Amino acid sequence: MSGQHSTYEPKTGFTRWLDSRLPIIRLGWDSFIDFPTPKNLNYWWTFGGVLAMCLGIQIATGVVLAMHYTPDAGLAFNSVEHIMRDVNHGWMIRYIHATGASMFFLAVYIHMLRGVYYGSHKAPREILWILGCVIYLLMMATGFMGYVLPWGQMSYYGAVVITNLFGAFPIIGKGVTTWLWGGFAVDNPTLNRFFSLHYLLPFMIAGVVVLHIWALHVPGNNNPTGVNVKSKEDTIPFHPYYTVKDGFAMVCFLILFAVFVFFMPDALGHADNYVPANPLQTPAHIVPEWYFLPFYAILRAVPDKLTGVLAMFGAVGVLFALPWIDHSKVRSMRYRPAAKLFFIIFVLVCVGLGFCGANPPDKPLFGDGGIGFTLGDANLNSFVWLSRFLTAYYFAFFGILFVLGFVEKPLPVPDSISTPALSEKKG
Amino acid sequence: MLRKTTVLAAFGFALALVGVAAPASAATTEREPKEASWSFEGPFGKFDQAQLQRGYKVYHDVCGTCHGMNLLSYRNLADKGGPFYSEKYPNPNDSPFAKAIAKDFQVADIDSETGDAIQRPATTSDHFRQPFPNEAAARAANGGAAPPDLSLMAKAREGGPRYIYSLLSGFVDPPAGLTVTPGKYYNPYYQGDLSGFWTGAKDKVPVGGLIGMPPPLHDDAVTFDDGTKATIDQQAKDVSAFLAWAAEPHQEERKKTGFAVLIYLAIFAGLLYASYRRVWRNIAH
Repeated sequence: MSGQHSTYEPKTGFTRWLDSRLPIIRLGWDSFIDFPTPKNLNYWWTFGGVLAMCLGIQIATGVVLAMHYTPDAGLAFNSVEHIMRDVNHGWMIRYIHATGASMFFLAVYIHMLRGVYYGSHKAPREILWILGCVIYLLMMATGFMGYVLPWGQMSYYGAVVITNLFGAFPIIGKGVTTWLWGGFAVDNPTLNRFFSLHYLLPFMIAGVVVLHIWALHVPGNNNPTGVNVKSKEDTIPFHPYYTVKDGFAMVCFLILFAVFVFFMPDALGHADNYVPANPLQTPAHIVPEWYFLPFYAILRAVPDKLTGVLAMFGAVGVLFALPWIDHSKVRSMRYRPAAKLFFIIFVLVCVGLGFCGANPPDKPLFGDGGIGFTLGDANLNSFVWLSRFLTAYYFAFFGILFVLGFVEKPLPVPDSISTPALSEKKG
Repeated sequence: MLRKTTVLAAFGFALALVGVAAPASAATTEREPKEASWSFEGPFGKFDQAQLQRGYKVYHDVCGTCHGMNLLSYRNLADKGGPFYSEKYPNPNDSPFAKAIAKDFQVADIDSETGDAIQRPATTSDHFRQPFPNEAAARAANGGAAPPDLSLMAKAREGGPRYIYSLLSGFVDPPAGLTVTPGKYYNPYYQGDLSGFWTGAKDKVPVGGLIGMPPPLHDDAVTFDDGTKATIDQQAKDVSAFLAWAAEPHQEERKKTGFAVLIYLAIFAGLLYASYRRVWRNIAH
């Protein structure tokens, strides 16, 4: 895949026979054994392996859950409880799957932020980055539809709110929502198609992951310095160096995963989802899963519904253009002090937006509402105004990156990967 | 069917019009649940079997007259970790306790010979008998509000067992100035918006809501077989423990498995870290 000279030598008669017909062992060898990898990758780089593990766990547990789940509006809720109560270790499989979704998103956010910080989206890795964005979009769709399947109150009203977003588009909106629902409301046909797609999309993700790894192995890994690999001295083979390092990180990640699965399995969910869906009783506060909260906050920050929907989709859409927005010649923000500062603020803003998404928009930030004054349609001392400021920064960050590409004075960049590593050891 | 669809469609469009940009922000309030602790809490917690038995008795004698527990079968009561588990009967269907409890309930069935609708004593494999034949009957008998199923109640409310305990033991006389609708009862722990029922100062609306359930527990209304004094507080605490078990019968098994998993992963991580240090020992990085 890498275009490098292959070092694979089939040793037995069978492997020689196979290699001249389907060189699949050679492919695996060149990709995951002998693949030359920069020797200075830090632990932020282990999340690629963690994500592959998450996808595997979700597919394996999901296939078993589908054996016991019934996608019918009248039976779905109780079939999930049947898994929890009567299926052998069903509770564990379901908790792993439900917690696994959160862990998957946690890892993907770290993976994406790592990419932005170290400039992994820049040439020659634009396609690699865009494929990653496609995977992220597919994950969002899969996660959303999976949350609908237990058919609890939050499942139902989450589906109602998200599908109604498409109703904001003029002319086509109404038709699109009816088409998505398979009827005139969220009901049994909606649940059925969500189940079908929830089973399909993970395999599409797996397909795009193959492309993602392919696109990674052509230019090879970026690294914390952002400097290109110059000589053989800069790299080490993937195995055993990174298999053992990634393996260690994966097991550490599994420890966090297990703490949630076995000791606080419902901490990341919502109590209302243990109440069966009731179309006639809207919950007081409809909130999505935590990993969608920043986008939910952006949606609610904008008073006009269509603009809000566009802003929410735009918040994901802008990522696709990042390789051309962030055009600084220096890849790694290690050597870009200004960009680094704005990046740290950006991370805090994303967390802040998540916080806003979890709280009712008109809830005061400080005190019980006595403080502050009304600005426009809401009190300035409220989550809706906070989310407006944070949304403004979210989008401004990309503008700042674009401008910084022209005006920023980066620090001196090392000549090669080996130089800083060796000098740091000596000094 | 058409009417139902129309209602749902109308509801959907109404929601679309209101828009998610301005979701309904009901001014509901409720008091924080009381402080209370149970033996099953924390990573090492285990259910207290005597408490589960007392809790079942409260459910059976009091709650069960109006609230179903549709997700439980009588056999579950004798499952490992359940209120009536005994090592002598590893198969809960053999348990004389589960059998005795089941046979006191008459459940609807069809006579396989004649096809007639009959009533027969329940067996261990039957689900808990529903107190009302259907939801309409449950609503009609309870002033329009159907008593919710309790199988998952301890997971379906913020605060879980602590909330249930506070609600059950938290009925108080309504504050002066609160107009309580006939057939409703004031409870500060129940989520509600009382501003429409309040005649006093606008900024002093009482916390809590009006619930359709009359105060269900009374001192000594049940007699505990183990001699524990049946105060309201004790009954509320015990039935909350029973409902916590019912909402997640595998809770103890979950935590026990968790410890084994964590120990395994910790050792595995240690070995991998040692391997990592050894493999990388000659690489400057």
